[in-house]
Parts: sequence; C-alpha cells; structure tokens
Amino acid sequence: MRHIISILMENESGALSRVAGLFSARGYNIESLTVAPTDDPTLSRMTLVTRGSDEIIEQITKQLNKLIDVVKLMDLTEYAHIEREMMLVKIKVANSAAKDDVMRLTDIFRGRIIDVSIDSYVIELTGDSAKLDAFLGMASPFEVLEVVRSGVMGIARGDIALKM
Amino acid sequence: MEMTGAEIFVRCLQEEGVDLIFGYPGGAVLHIYDALYKQDKVNHILVRHEQAAVHAAEGYAKSTQRPGVALVTSGPGATNAITGIADAYMDSVPLVVFTGQVPTSLIGNDAFQEVDTVGITRPCVKHNFLVKDVRDLAMTIKKAFYIATTGRPGPVVVDIPKDVTAARCVFDYPKSIKIRSYNPTVKGHTGQIRKAVELILQARQPVIYSGGGVILANASKSLTEFARLLGAPVTNTLMGLGAYPASDQQFVGMLGMHGTYEANMAMHHADVLIAIGARFDDRVTGNVDKFCPTARIVHVDVDPASISKNVKVDIPIVGGVDHVLKAMIKELEHAKAKPDQEALKAWWAQINEWRAMDCLKYDRNSELIKPQYVLETLWRETQGDAFVTSDVGQHQMWAAQFYRFDKPNRWINSGGLGTMGFGLPAAMGVQLAHPGETVVCVTGESSIQMCIQELSTCLQYGLPIKVITLNNRFMGMVRQWQEFFYQGRYSMSYMDALPDFQMLAEAYGHVGMRIEKPADVEGAIKEALAMKDRLVFMNFLTDQTENVYPMVPAGAGQNEMILL
Ligand SMILES: Cc1cc2nc3c(=O)[nH]c(=O)nc-3n(C[C@H](O)[C@H](O)[C@H](O)COP(=O)(O)OP(=O)(O)OC[C@H]3O[C@@H](n4cnc5c(N)ncnc54)[C@H](O)[C@@H]3O)c2cc1C
Ligand SMILES: Cc1ncc(C[n+]2csc(CCOP(=O)(O)OP(=O)(O)O)c2C)c(N)n1
Ligand SMILES: [Mg+2]
Repeated sequence: MRHIISILMENESGALSRVAGLFSARGYNIESLTVAPTDDPTLSRMTLVTRGSDEIIEQITKQLNKLIDVVKLMDLTEYAHIEREMMLVKIKVANSAAKDDVMRLTDIFRGRIIDVSIDSYVIELTGDSAKLDAFLGMASPFEVLEVVRSGVMGIARGDIALKM
Repeated sequence: MEMTGAEIFVRCLQEEGVDLIFGYPGGAVLHIYDALYKQDKVNHILVRHEQAAVHAAEGYAKSTQRPGVALVTSGPGATNAITGIADAYMDSVPLVVFTGQVPTSLIGNDAFQEVDTVGITRPCVKHNFLVKDVRDLAMTIKKAFYIATTGRPGPVVVDIPKDVTAARCVFDYPKSIKIRSYNPTVKGHTGQIRKAVELILQARQPVIYSGGGVILANASKSLTEFARLLGAPVTNTLMGLGAYPASDQQFVGMLGMHGTYEANMAMHHADVLIAIGARFDDRVTGNVDKFCPTARIVHVDVDPASISKNVKVDIPIVGGVDHVLKAMIKELEHAKAKPDQEALKAWWAQINEWRAMDCLKYDRNSELIKPQYVLETLWRETQGDAFVTSDVGQHQMWAAQFYRFDKPNRWINSGGLGTMGFGLPAAMGVQLAHPGETVVCVTGESSIQMCIQELSTCLQYGLPIKVITLNNRFMGMVRQWQEFFYQGRYSMSYMDALPDFQMLAEAYGHVGMRIEKPADVEGAIKEALAMKDRLVFMNFLTDQTENVYPMVPAGAGQNEMILL
C-alpha cells in the first residue's frame, strides 16, 4: 500500500542523505520526497511517499526513527489527512485552437497559466497526485514540453500535529 | 583557558575516562599525535594496520563493557578502518572512531588523502559527525560517547579536519547531555511485561533464546536468575555465549546453523519462546517459514527495529534487557500461578532424549589431530576461564561448541559481519585490558594471515597472547560447503604455499610451535600456557577433512539438521 510519511528532523547537513541512504541500503522504494526547513529553522520537515506491505512500512518507520537526526515522524496515511502536490507544465500551443483548448483544460483543473510565450504556456497546478496525473492524461493530445512536480506534501486534518 | 583542537581532543578523552586508544598516525592527525605525545593519561597503542586498530578497540570494548576508541588518519587510514567499523556495527559494539580529515578549506577538492569519510561510513555506523568548527569539538565528542554506549550500542565516527585541530577555543566539557532526537527506551512497558509473564506461566514447553544483548546489557545475572526461576531450557546465540553458564544443566548449547541438536529441536517444538536480546538472525532461524511453528513468541529488545523484523512476534517488549528481566522476575515471584511442573518434567525428558544423541561427538581415536580435541583440551587446561577470541570459519564454530563459557565477556568473536582477521587484533585489545589474564586467539591458517602483521604490535607491547591455529590447509568452512553443496569441487578453498608459521612467529620475536600428533596436544598447550610472558604461536596440523556438525543447511528448518 501507498504511505505518506512525514518526518521532523534536525536541520543538519547530511540529514537528507541519511534518509535516502537508508532507503537504498534496505531496498525500500521512494516514490517522492520533499524537504524544507520549518518555522523553527533548526528543524526540517520531510514528506516521503513509499509503498510496501504492512511489515515493510513498520520496518521503514522503525528504521527512520532509529536515525539519530530524526526527531519525530508520523504515517499520515493512518490519519485523515490532506495531500498536495504542485506541478509546473509547459505545453506547446502552436495555434489559437490549441491555446483555447489548453486554457479551458487549465480552468477545469483550477490551474493557472503563469507564463505565456508566442507558442507555449506554463501552467501551475496543485492537487493530490491523482489530479495531476489526470491533467497530464488530458493534456496528452498536446505537445507537453516539460513537467516539473514538487513531490507530495501532506498534513493531518483536525488538531493532530507533527510538532516538537 | 584557550586550547588547540588537538589539546581539546585529548582532554575530552581524559574526561571520558579513556585510558587506552588504538591508532595509526598520518598527516591529517599530526596535531593530535603531538598533543598525545605531551601527556601521559591516554595511552596510545600503535597497530600495524588501521583495521586492526578498530578490531583491537572492539576486543577492548567487548571484554570490558567500556567503549573502545580508535584514531586513524584521513583517506587510506579511514578506508582501512571501514571493515572494523562495519564489524562493530553488525555486532553492536560501542566504539568511537576518530578519523582525520583534510582541512575544511580543501574539503570537496579531491585533496591529498581526502575521502568522504562521513559518506563512506554512513551505512555502517550508529551515527557520524564531521566537526567543522573547533567550538563544536568537545560537544561532538561528548555526544559521540553518549550515542555509542547507550540504547543499542554501536560505532560512532567523528571526522576531524586538520585545521580544526589547530584552531583554538576555550575548553569546556559538558557534564551531561541531552539529544532531543535520541531517547532510547530503557524501561519496558509494564502492561507488556505482565502479558509476557502470563503467557510464560502457561507454557508447557518453554525455551529461553538469549543473545548478545544480554551481554551488552550486563544482564547475565538477571538472565540466570530468571531462567532458574522458570526451570526452562536456555540456548544462546553465538554472540550470547557466556551470558548463561554453559556448564549448567539448563543450558542446551548454542542454537542455529551449527547449534546443538537439542537446542534446535527444543526451539522447533517450543510452545513459548522467550527471546532476550537476540535478533532472529538468519543463521539462527534457518528458513523463517519453518521457524518455531508452534511457539508464541515474547521478544525483549532495546531496539524496536529488531522486533518483528525477520519473525513476527506475539508480545514485543521494547526495553533494556536487565530492566525487563528484573521486572519479569518480580512479576513471576508475585504471580499466583506457577509453571506446570509435570509438563516441564515431560519437556525435560524429551530434551534429554535429544541430548543423548550426543551431536557433538567426534572420532576420538583418530591418528590425526581433531580440532575439537584441541579446543576441549584448551578448555580443560584453562579451567574454562580464559578470554577466547576467534577468527571466522570452522575453527570459530568448534570454539563456540567446545569451549564452554561460564562467564560473559570472555568469548569475543565476529558474528554479524564474520570478519576473517578479527581474532588477533581483538586479542590484543583484550590482553591490554586484562594484563594478567590468559587470552587465547583461536584461528585458522587462512584467517590469521589477514592481520598477521599484528604479531609485531604484540611484540612491541609484550602481549603474551596464545595463538591457536587449527591448520587444516583449507579454508575449511568454504571447503565444507563445497563438499556438501558443490559435489566436492574445491574451487579456491585450498591454502597453498603456506608459510612456516613457526619460523614466522620466531621472526616476529615470539615463540613458535608445530604440533602434529594427538598425543602431543595436551603437553604443548600446557607448555604454552606456562609461558606467561611470551606470545606463543601454536600451529596445530589438524585433520583436513573434518566438518562442523550439526549443520542446518541453507533454506532448511531448524529441525532439519545434518548430523555426523
Ligand atoms: C561462520 C559463522 C557461522 C555462524 N553460525 C551461527 C550459529 O550457528 N548460531 C548462531 O547463533 N549464530 C551464528 N553466527 C552468528 C550470526 O551471524 C549472528 O551474528 C548472531 O546469531 C547474532 O546474535 P544475536 O541474535 O545474539 O544478536 P547480536 O548481534 O548480539 O545483537 C544483539 C541484540 O540485542 C539487542 N540489544 C543490545 N543491547 C541491548 C540491551 N541493553 N537491552 C536489550 N536489548 C539489547 C540489540 O538491539 C540486538 O537486537 C555465525 C556467524 C558466522 C561468521
Ligand atoms: C574477510 C573475509 N573474507 C572471506 C570470508 C569468507 N570465509 C568465511 S570462512 C572462510 C575460510 C576460513 O578459513 P580458515 O581461517 O583457515 O578457517 P577454517 O574454516 O579452515 O577453520 C572464508 C574464506 C570471510 N568470512 N571474511
Ligand atoms: Mg583452515
């Protein structure tokens, strides 16, 4: 099953490679990984998407917890949660028909066109990963020049919080 | 007072009560060596290869329960130390390894003798640090010792760039330390302990399976008390030998691939398995699908990641072995229910039947020296009270089977990584920590050659180690697998062109002996043990074809042993 694990860790150089190294050394897969400092600059928050049986996920969370730099973690999938990913897509729009179609598509997905050139648009889109996948599916008749995805971020609903 | 980083380094070791370190100098650590030269509290042992420095530190740590310390230079010094660091990681040995690094301004430039030590060691340390500022040095060293010795112990590497050892700052050693992201659990959960005791009291065929964690936790007294209270059979892993007295009736021997028939059969038929400080290694479980098919399992371990990793357990207890055992003993004493004595009697009758198979038997009338006989004789002649280190191979298994350890911290070997070359340097660390004691290194003619240069270190420091080489002219363990599973195609397992070990030992300034006949074994061992102040290298020419029995072949269940 797919799991989203949120990790609060010391904002130290090398902390990220400890996590990445753990996954490659133990043969776990990482679907996506995002990391940035939090409001407390001594801490980073990492969101990691992985897949595995219950046993493997249990080992993953235990092994992550064992890393000295990891302060706390939470398997968001165990809670009601919100998941978001951002995507930037550059699409070729050679003629006005294409321009219209892409604009409409962007509207439907509640995206925004954030850059325009003579024959291309850059579209910004947020949502869960399935929504972004769906957009790319619908955009396939057009020439997609570039896709940039942020990887998943997540947060629990209600007053459950991953905090010091 | 302001000091240089190098001086701070030495002061930190003094503050930690470190009396002995093992190392080898080089450019990046010259300031540190200079600071060591100017003081006399921390003794430095000069090895002949950095791998040996780390193994010696392991020997020191495993035999004293204090952290071992090694110091090596950058680049090749650090890479040579890796095998030792990985070895300590697998066997949970508390070590702090200091590596020199190129000056901070050169890091990343492919500078002379630069390697990314923190990167290379990351997967085989409990934690590591790169100290970029002299003001962080003391705190980092404090953290390193704290992390290495608490929770599940392990090696910590501290990488120190050369300029940091020259820079100055005020020395202030922190008295205590707290790391917000590191809080190992010591006390076991009371509810879980109670549940475990309830289950244990219902057991009709219990087995205690205890491992290296009992020794690491200094808990053999508690284990013995617990086991006596239950009257249950006790089996130890290779790493746990000595945690329960081997000469006790309740001890059924080592378990696993080369464990005894009775230990493995008891495991297979157990209804309640009490695993204590053991990590269900594949050498122990054999095929996990066939492992302990009828048992409900209690597992006590300080590392949650050890629990249900290989085998799903029913009652996990995260905590220190000693604390949890004491709590369980208390519960047992207050419990109204008592173990079913009739069932226990029947269980023991069954175990004794398995025991009667005498699975460790060997041909005692052979014309050739049987390795088992050498170890039995050694055990007798040392009253089972020596410190025994070992290398890796058949000789290691025979030492584990035939030297019956009654005390913890006496059996020092490489289990998890299985590092040939471990034995001799480890023996140096043990001998240095226990100057008056008998220290024996049991080795093979192949293993000993992996760190044989340390004979020179032994001479320098007058270490009267007794090296027992069971020389079968084969990488015996490899040959055995090739005999059993590759139809006797002995590919590269033959040790051709062996040196004359007697002359070699003498060239290094030691006593060499060559023993070829069974009748000479006892006399030779007596003679060697009597030479209290000399290293004696005993080269026993043993039966080349001897195999280690019993054996659980790869993929088999614990009850599917090959017996002689
Ligand atoms: C050639 C060869 C053959 C081998 N054959 C066998 C064999 O037949 N049988 C066998 O048993 N082994 C054998 N081994 C060794 C095997 O590979 C493992 O090293 C060994 O089984 C592991 O022992 P252990 O389970 O006691 O764990 P250890 O490696 O000693 O680990 C200790 C465990 O205790 C925990 N722990 C540590 N400190 C504490 C504490 N304070 N409180 C609570 N828990 C703690 C740790 O978290 C860990 O889980 C062989 C090795 C070699 C090289
Ligand atoms: C560094 C290293 N390389 C290879 C091995 C694989 N190996 C395990 S046992 C063994 C043979 C050991 O031979 P010897 O020291 O003569 O001991 P014996 O088995 O003959 O008693 C080998 C090559 C190892 N454990 N360690
Ligand atoms: Mg050999």
